[in-house]
Amino acid sequence: MDERLDLTFTLNGELQHAKVQPRWTLADFLRETLHKTGTHVGCEHGVCGACTVLLDGRSVRACLLLAIQAQGCEVTTVEGLSPEQGLSDLQAEFRRCHALQCGFCTPGLIVTAHALLQETPAPSREEIRDAISGNLCRCTGYIPIIDAIEATARGRQAQTGRTERRSHGDQ
Amino acid sequence: MKPPRFAYLAPATLQEAMALLARHSGTAKLIAGGQSLMPALNFRLAGPDILIDLNRIAELQRVSIEPDGAMTIGAMTRHRRFETDTGIGRHWPLLKEAVRFIAHVQIRNRGTIGGSLCHADPSAEWPALCLACDAAMVLSSVRGERIVPAADFATGLFGTALAPDEILTAVRFPAPPARASWGFEEIARRRGDFAIVGAACRLALDNAGCCSDARLVIFGAGDQPVLAASASAALAGRRLDPPAIAAAAAAARREVPCRSDQQASERYRSSLVETLSARVLRQAGAMNGEHAHG
Repeated sequence: MDERLDLTFTLNGELQHAKVQPRWTLADFLRETLHKTGTHVGCEHGVCGACTVLLDGRSVRACLLLAIQAQGCEVTTVEGLSPEQGLSDLQAEFRRCHALQCGFCTPGLIVTAHALLQETPAPSREEIRDAISGNLCRCTGYIPIIDAIEATARGRQAQTGRTERRSHGDQ
Repeated sequence: MKPPRFAYLAPATLQEAMALLARHSGTAKLIAGGQSLMPALNFRLAGPDILIDLNRIAELQRVSIEPDGAMTIGAMTRHRRFETDTGIGRHWPLLKEAVRFIAHVQIRNRGTIGGSLCHADPSAEWPALCLACDAAMVLSSVRGERIVPAADFATGLFGTALAPDEILTAVRFPAPPARASWGFEEIARRRGDFAIVGAACRLALDNAGCCSDARLVIFGAGDQPVLAASASAALAGRRLDPPAIAAAAAAARREVPCRSDQQASERYRSSLVETLSARVLRQAGAMNGEHAHG
């Protein structure tokens, strides 16, 4: 039963081949084998949201998936949502708004917020609250996190508006 | 907090899965979305020798909707699809709205209707919704296929009518009434937590706006969701006016048995049964048949 299964999947845009034990969770496999430690492991039973990753573009709990279940899928972790240098706009807003203190929950929240903004570019504060309800934070009291996500959405809207105005030649 | 050792099988077809389950029934466990089974494995509350993964079986994710709204949902359809699929949303707004109460988006992206039904948590939404919509379960095994109404599928706390070699393959929702209205509400301490008590109703209205058929379902109160039969009967032929709603809600409180646990006392749950029954019926009344489907 310690057999290793062949796993082929895409991680942050790169094809990966690995041998995995059936019982390994995706979260542990990412951290222990691939050394992608941005994905945090908190509760290990699907409550805290620290291990949230994208599976084929949708946010899921990596502690409630087996590594082998990523076969043929595209997995995106917080590393895949961060530029080579500096911070993404979402990360920068988290810093500016003091949306983290100890930072343990932050990768899960960044992934969750990213997925929300992909689907809902201009969410209401209520929609943001609902979207992050599956991510626990013991430091911030959540309000700064909601502020950061809202500010990111506004920033992107303003950016889109400027681009559109430029393309209409009325800058 | 790590799963115990097991062998892993991932069949690509239903035929293959049924054969594997028949061969290994008793030692194997099926995994659907894994949103309840994975925590149980991590806690080592479950320790199957073999895990049979249903996620690679495309036919279990098939959804078909007839022009009249009758619908067959593959058991591996994820909760999230009910929120985003416009076809389901048009015919079944009750399901679209109610599914949002299931846990959090990360769970809904992975968890499945079939997994929830087979896990049969007394506070889960799907068993109650299937009962309110008079749905039927399609159970398949190498021995053949049988259809079990939602009312007979749940057999108590975490219990179902599934035989050890059977797989829940699809859920059939009959066409909703031509003029229907509905309501859904639940109480939990925090957003996404399991409901302490919840209520769902689906009503058929005649041309005069009176109830020709009512199905009020309470969940989370006892060991399994219950159709509040007296309350539902009390609505027959009546308009959803305040006296009718109050009478039905009081009847529901009288007939639905409630449990006590660390979350809530029996008395509090009973009170919630009445309150939530009245709320979902008011929701349905306010709809006044505008949402023509259930």
